Amino acid sequence: MGDLTKLGIAAARDGLNAGDFSARELTAAHITAMVAAKPLNAFITETPDQAVEAATASDARRAKGEAGKLEGIPLAIKDLFCTKDVLTTAASHILDGFKPRYESTVTANLWKEGAVMLGKVNLDELAMGSSNETSYYGNVVNPWRRAGDNRDLVPGGSSGGSASAVASFSAMGATGTDTGGSIRQPASFTGIVGCKPTYGRCSRWGVVAFASSLDQPGPMARSVRDTAIMLEAMAGFDPKDSTSVDMPVPNFEAALTGDIRGLKVGIPKEYRTDGMSPEIEALWQQGIDWMKAAGAEIVEISLPHTKYALAAYYIIAPAEASSNLARYDGVRYGLRVEGKDLNDMYANTRAEGFGAEVKRRLLIGTYALSAGYYDAYYLKAQKVRTRIANDFKEAYEKVDVILTPTAPSAAFSFGDKSDDPLAMYLNDVFTVPASLAGLPGISVPAGLSEEGLPLGLQLLGRPFDEETVFRAAGVLEEAAGFTATPTDWWRG
Amino acid sequence: MSLDKATVAKVANLARIKIVEKDLEPMAAELNNILGWVEQLGEVDTENVEPMTSVAEMRLRWRADEVTDGGYVEDVVANAPSREDGFFAVPKVIE
Amino acid sequence: MGMIIQGATGDWEVVIGLEIHAQVTSKSKLFSGSSAAYGAEPNSQVSFIDAAMPGMLPVFNEMAVEQAVRTGLGLNAKINKFSVFDRKNYFYADLPQGYQISQYLQPIVGEGKIIIDLKEGETREIGITRLHLEQDAGKSLHDQSPNQTFVDLNRSGVPLMEIVSEPDMRSPEEAAAYVKKIRSIVRYLGTCDGNMEEGSMRADVNVSVRKPGEGFGTRCEMKNINSVRFMQQAIIYEANRQVDILEAGGTVDQETRLYDPDKGETRSLRSKEEAHDYRYFPDPDLLPLEFDDAFIEKIRADLPELPDDKKNRFIEEMGLTPYDAGVLVAEKEVAEYFEAVAEGRDSKLSANWVIGELFGHLNRTGKALAESPVKAKALGELIDLIKDGTISNRIAKEVFEEMFETGKKAADIVEEKGLKQVSDTGAIEAAIDEVIAANPDKVAEYRGGKDKLFGFFMGQVMKATQGKANPGVVTGILKPKLDG
Repeated sequence: MGDLTKLGIAAARDGLNAGDFSARELTAAHITAMVAAKPLNAFITETPDQAVEAATASDARRAKGEAGKLEGIPLAIKDLFCTKDVLTTAASHILDGFKPRYESTVTANLWKEGAVMLGKVNLDELAMGSSNETSYYGNVVNPWRRAGDNRDLVPGGSSGGSASAVASFSAMGATGTDTGGSIRQPASFTGIVGCKPTYGRCSRWGVVAFASSLDQPGPMARSVRDTAIMLEAMAGFDPKDSTSVDMPVPNFEAALTGDIRGLKVGIPKEYRTDGMSPEIEALWQQGIDWMKAAGAEIVEISLPHTKYALAAYYIIAPAEASSNLARYDGVRYGLRVEGKDLNDMYANTRAEGFGAEVKRRLLIGTYALSAGYYDAYYLKAQKVRTRIANDFKEAYEKVDVILTPTAPSAAFSFGDKSDDPLAMYLNDVFTVPASLAGLPGISVPAGLSEEGLPLGLQLLGRPFDEETVFRAAGVLEEAAGFTATPTDWWRG
Repeated sequence: MSLDKATVAKVANLARIKIVEKDLEPMAAELNNILGWVEQLGEVDTENVEPMTSVAEMRLRWRADEVTDGGYVEDVVANAPSREDGFFAVPKVIE
Repeated sequence: MGMIIQGATGDWEVVIGLEIHAQVTSKSKLFSGSSAAYGAEPNSQVSFIDAAMPGMLPVFNEMAVEQAVRTGLGLNAKINKFSVFDRKNYFYADLPQGYQISQYLQPIVGEGKIIIDLKEGETREIGITRLHLEQDAGKSLHDQSPNQTFVDLNRSGVPLMEIVSEPDMRSPEEAAAYVKKIRSIVRYLGTCDGNMEEGSMRADVNVSVRKPGEGFGTRCEMKNINSVRFMQQAIIYEANRQVDILEAGGTVDQETRLYDPDKGETRSLRSKEEAHDYRYFPDPDLLPLEFDDAFIEKIRADLPELPDDKKNRFIEEMGLTPYDAGVLVAEKEVAEYFEAVAEGRDSKLSANWVIGELFGHLNRTGKALAESPVKAKALGELIDLIKDGTISNRIAKEVFEEMFETGKKAADIVEEKGLKQVSDTGAIEAAIDEVIAANPDKVAEYRGGKDKLFGFFMGQVMKATQGKANPGVVTGILKPKLDG
């Protein structure tokens, strides 16, 4: 039977269908891996008992011929998704003890297709961060280490727990959410695939909100195919989310034809930033060559406002967050720290409940919306956002997909950037523009850095054209032949 | 545009986040650092550009006026730090 | 007439503007599917959305847009086919989201105007600035526990229309007339039940004072007033307070004040260091609200006749006085009652009966129209008996009295009590002859030119027939006999 955790979702599905092993066996193998990977601190809440129960039920369904698209597949759920009666923390002290009495649409969709929840995975507090160093539940550790160096590295963020769980073979796939790169950047840092769908493709209902106009759930797994299978189960119109788009969900797996002949691949010249590391530049060039070799047409394009995307993002996202997070007031759920009166109770609760980065963003966001500054900051940023979105619109008149690096560097060490917010924000430089425009994107592991760390390339597509993104990503994956895995040092 | 201590205190009050006096100055410096960097947005020509309202090119959906939700007091107050007879309880508010 | 406060430094004029919050008549809430009904157990009509649980999202109720457009048309206002929902951010115990979804820069309804009805049939035009949709907050109960405030979110998310007036009113009476007119219009339209006691209509009142001819003074806002009487008291108190401050050389602070009906005074509600900054911005969970002309026209085609049009019709087509017409249209139920009575009958006579006898009895007994023992159909039948000569006007009043007490039909009462009017000329002539014979002196005086005595003879004849004689018939016979 071999190590079942080393299978991908597609292979596990085939094995389950063939009766080679049961969902219970598959789940048990992952529970063992999850427990062994505790040093990575990927999970906030482990739910092994529920997982076994779900797997048993899954085997029963399969026996009755009622298998769903993810029947029996063990997954990790980012702890930003509300899961009924299971602690949901958003990695924040402010949600202490919160057990939702409802299930998010995306996770409900997954369970409907037969998936099994292993537990809730760690993240940057309230999804604010790019290194998973801001969680109230502690740092998540990247399974990867530099060659010949046993220091821990960050897994990226905010979906760091998801990335670490998948990269360490503790889960076959994980849900993530991406606001400015929170799926794609950690995927790149941990050598896995992460897809941010088009804004509106997956429901936000039941996902703890960070920035409403940017947040988008998406899948993380170890291959493009697995990611496509997961997204198909997660996605779909949800009347409970006014920004959910009423469109049929395509068969994403079927889009993986391996044929990109004639596909026009855009290379945005503005992404060739000053001081781009030579190995990132080389990897990007390698990606271009692979696409060309597969028959794609390479087109240089211009996205002139790229440079301003980060600054616009770091006004818009905090502004929305400052309002979205106002509900954490110690009245209806979560932490309450008493005070001399109601306002004092609010201020104490929020001072103790939120960590430093969240507070920083709440203050920036509050300031950006406040009287006298709204036009200069928030309104200006939303206008710049329009220009960024228009840049993409024009580009997609000439090309079908856009190829860029995912992140400006490989995974870094704890503390490297956590004292300098701006340096940390720069991690998102390649992922944020597409977030502002609401476009689908995917990060595919494409190679290793000189230090032996994974590096990803990003493909961006037209709105609701995830199929082309997957098709191109499949070809890129095939060409890159990325098979490296981290040594399982955490097993000690 | 540069934030001083007093402005940080005002903004913190609006956001209902208690910041002790000694932390105001360092926080002002941090915020100014970020806001200074954001100033670059001023370079972008946004004359006659509409602000983004939604990336999804769609219209607001309208729901039929039917009662389809509610009626579960227990679930609503289940997580409350303080509750009394189906009410949420907070420190006394004097109007 | 405007209200003038005579101060030591001269006359002061009062300037009033109103923001009326009217609950949209709907089954469910503005952005959730929980019930918007009044008076349920605490937190029993609350969805996870209304309680602002993490990850919850708003979905718009189509009834709200229909009702807002209908109301906008009733206010003769500009309908905006594109409007935006914004978040108004502030912290309060009964505001679970930490923001209220409202409409700020781009409301669904723009400028309009209404006519208010004052004493003696006088009218004035008052400008409407805007109408926008917003969520109501929950309710804080401060008096249930000595050291805690209890929060009930049943009202959280209930759809409201905020109707903002221009600062066009100059007296408490005008403000009262304005509220009554808005209430009348929304009730005609069926967009709000106008129930001020249950809080489905309440007003924020802005008051300032100025020397006539000068620019506007600094205003104070009194929030959440839920009775017209309290509103008038609050305006008078507040205007005098401001005049006192200004005459003493002080300045009025722009602030929110609370009217305390028990003490009959206003007091500052929010301290200044807590100055609000609502940080409005478009709600990113929603999209702009859009509809087309066809949507508006469909609603317009469906509008009922509104009080002003009805009043004009009553005056022009029914020949009622402006005063009577105004009284009859003010309440939708009254107008409906009157029209049912007047249907196929003499309009003026019907109006007299409704305004005179019916209202008189209702007032005396403290009953509402809906509780009236005399329904429109029954009153109509009574009027028919007058018209066809079965009973006289005088007898009819007696019959009405009986109807009001017992709820019996007019015809039955007339039958039971034998009140049928006598038109038999023989019987009447006999009674007349008796009266003439019994009063030779008076007859002589009458014939000598004292015409006024005709009334005396009429009275005597009516008395002799226990009021049942048909007065027309009596006159027809009596006159020639007296004239000789």
